Amino acid sequence: MAAATEVHAHAQVHRESFWTRYVFSQDHKVIGLQYLLTSLFMALVGGALAMLFRTQLAWPQSGLLSADQYLAAISMHGTIMIFFVLTPALLGGFANFLVPLKIGARDMAFPFVNMLSYWVFALSIVPLLASFFVPGGPLNAGWTAYPPLSALPQAAPGSGLGQDLWLVSIAIFCVSSLLGSLNYITTILVLRTRGMSLMRMPLTVWGIFVAAVLALLTFPVLMAAGILLLFDRLAGTSFFVPAGLVVGGQAIQHTGGNPLLWQHLFWFFGHPEVYIVILPPMGIASDVMANFARKPIFGYPAMVASMLAIGILSFLVWGHHMFVSGMHPLLGTGFALTTLLIGVPSAVKTFNWLVTLWRGRLYYSTAMLFAIGFVSLFVAGGLTGIHLGNAPVDIPLHDTYYVVGHFHLVMGTAAVFGIFAGIYFWFPKMFGRLMDERLGRIHFWLTLLGVYGAFFPMYYLGMAGMHRRIYDYRAFPYLAHLQPLQVFITLSAFLIFLGGLVLAYNMLRSIAAGPRADQNPWRGTTLEWSTDSPPPHHNWPGDIPEVYRGPYEYSVPGAPQDYLPQWEPAPAPARTAGH
Amino acid sequence: MESQPARSPLEEVERSGLGLGLVLWLFTLVGGAGAVYARWAWTPESVTREGVLIQRLFDVILVILLIAFLLVHGLLGYFVIRYRNRGDRPAAYFPHHTGLELTYTVIPALVLVALSAVGMALWTRIHTPPQGDAFLVEVRAEQFAWSARYPGPDGRLGRVDNRVPRPFNVDPQDPAGRDDVTSPEIYFVVNRPNRVLLRTRDVQHSFWVPAFRLKKDMVPGTTTELWFTPTRTGEFDLACAELCGVGHYIMAGKVRVVTQEEFDRWMRQQAGR
Repeated sequence: MAAATEVHAHAQVHRESFWTRYVFSQDHKVIGLQYLLTSLFMALVGGALAMLFRTQLAWPQSGLLSADQYLAAISMHGTIMIFFVLTPALLGGFANFLVPLKIGARDMAFPFVNMLSYWVFALSIVPLLASFFVPGGPLNAGWTAYPPLSALPQAAPGSGLGQDLWLVSIAIFCVSSLLGSLNYITTILVLRTRGMSLMRMPLTVWGIFVAAVLALLTFPVLMAAGILLLFDRLAGTSFFVPAGLVVGGQAIQHTGGNPLLWQHLFWFFGHPEVYIVILPPMGIASDVMANFARKPIFGYPAMVASMLAIGILSFLVWGHHMFVSGMHPLLGTGFALTTLLIGVPSAVKTFNWLVTLWRGRLYYSTAMLFAIGFVSLFVAGGLTGIHLGNAPVDIPLHDTYYVVGHFHLVMGTAAVFGIFAGIYFWFPKMFGRLMDERLGRIHFWLTLLGVYGAFFPMYYLGMAGMHRRIYDYRAFPYLAHLQPLQVFITLSAFLIFLGGLVLAYNMLRSIAAGPRADQNPWRGTTLEWSTDSPPPHHNWPGDIPEVYRGPYEYSVPGAPQDYLPQWEPAPAPARTAGH
Repeated sequence: MESQPARSPLEEVERSGLGLGLVLWLFTLVGGAGAVYARWAWTPESVTREGVLIQRLFDVILVILLIAFLLVHGLLGYFVIRYRNRGDRPAAYFPHHTGLELTYTVIPALVLVALSAVGMALWTRIHTPPQGDAFLVEVRAEQFAWSARYPGPDGRLGRVDNRVPRPFNVDPQDPAGRDDVTSPEIYFVVNRPNRVLLRTRDVQHSFWVPAFRLKKDMVPGTTTELWFTPTRTGEFDLACAELCGVGHYIMAGKVRVVTQEEFDRWMRQQAGR
């Protein structure tokens, strides 16, 4: 078999040049790695920005950043982390790399469109990064870019060319996301191998599938909003700018727009977006936990059902971002109810993970550590959603650090932990080599302690009343005395960044010189472990394997080993789970 | 030949979950205690009737959240320590248990729906216009300052046009505005419903008084409203809670809650100027 691989790889070299193989590749695995590595690079950029503004916040007297540079830094940090790290790493990196391998397909349904989606994504980064170098700098309006602040050049230094470039970048990004989502949905629906029924799909594939549907239905809304805002800025329309404003002593000529329209459009996208970046990590954490607990995921049908419930409900909750916007109070009650209901499937998932660990046989690989960390962060961040989703309780918490702590834990860092778990878990499949577990543990501990220390105390700041996006809090006596806590948060954030550098070093070193991995180093059950590491072009040297059972048949009583792979036709023992 | 490792790297990974389990427990205890401390020491006292009710609901939910937080992390830490691979037993094969799954679907659902019902009642109460005669004041934000306007003896506020070059841009054509009093100082009257009209001259701002526990966006092109009844006199901090530009962080102001007599005296001084 090794010889066959050799021949196969050799043939590839002859057929494809360096450019078509590694740059303009149509191989889903190469495209997945392109997405993943680009996202990790952007994470360093977004993380470095966070280090800058956290330093400014811890020591406001230092004047490291000016006020507009501070706003540019936080706005770009949010933009980069949401659009250029979490989304493309998951619905780009892992989705591309894993979907065909896990469902038993030779590639994505539309390989050319797939390549196009990556290169459109790469293109969208250009205007974004260019905005650092234009007069006025990058946008100042926050990643949510509320007009009129984002619509009127007079309103802030970053509301000039930097804001235009941001809108162009986001619009291009939306195109890339649509191309990708369409591909994942089609591939999952039509290219599954024989025996791979929907209810035999690994939860990672389910998470990607639901996230792709959400992306397909919501990114067009963001794109439309972005283009309308560009029109307001460049073509004199007034979708979002009302009549009669005077900014900086200057009368504004727009008439008839409504800034709340932007908020509705933005959050109609924005809330599903947080589920776009958390559903795939939920799947990844499930796959990793089952593998390293050597146990079936507890309640697989409930796990799938809760993903679908979260997906559907996520379209009905966007108004909770607008509880204090002055929208009709009746809307507030409806959005509060749907928001709290989304806690039910979230609770079900959490308890299912717990029961999956119960009476398991736990192996603490780095991937497993990050998966367990994911559960901890998802809970530590998710619970406070019950405060924020309850409309009256949200009133004092809205736009404070309570919200910042909440979403960084439940959506930001929990998703990042899912990504890290996925990197350590699938690295052997991606590169044919193992990562260094000792460096992995150092990375894990730096990140876990850093995340707890950086984001949990933000709840305390929120309770003290600290509002978001302020460059200096010393004008507020009820906040000034909390500076030591700010220092603690900043030092914790440094640990996270340091952890990221350890990860980068570990990846580079392991790509070059890690120990070789066999086909199935973690003794997993799903289809990607049935082929070479890394898999050849078109994934399996021979026929595509057929699937005989569900994805998590670990420790089945009476089985010869503690895992029954999906592709093994061996007569299953008396008890087959759930089918 | 490709080198096939004899053992899976699975057999070589960390075996002990003790450190992680203890850290999960420690994090929960320290984090939870910190939340209780922050609530007790750093949360300003609520000085409006609505704020007291909001804070009470916050506290009730906080207790529920802390219990859930301790429960989940307690179990998570325990499982991580207890079920490490000791090499002496296989993992349990336990893919389903309908009763267990229903239990932890139904209990959170009941709790969440109950909390949602309580929240709706309070939300509706906060948004219902006050009974009887309310103290009326308009607060306006602009980059990066606050100002207020009080109706004169006629009890009515005149029309405003941002382009009119007069104090507060009050339109001189509107007779209702002739006796309006404008001031950078924001007053509210204690023990009486206050009705606050909120406007912005430029971009979006948000009126946020932590001690009131109340916040409302000031949306360009429209007027939003807030009702509350202050329960204590004094001076309280005011902040703009919606990013409004480079000076967002300097939009620190004060609001003063005074007795009706004090306010009337102040108004007479203003009118006398």
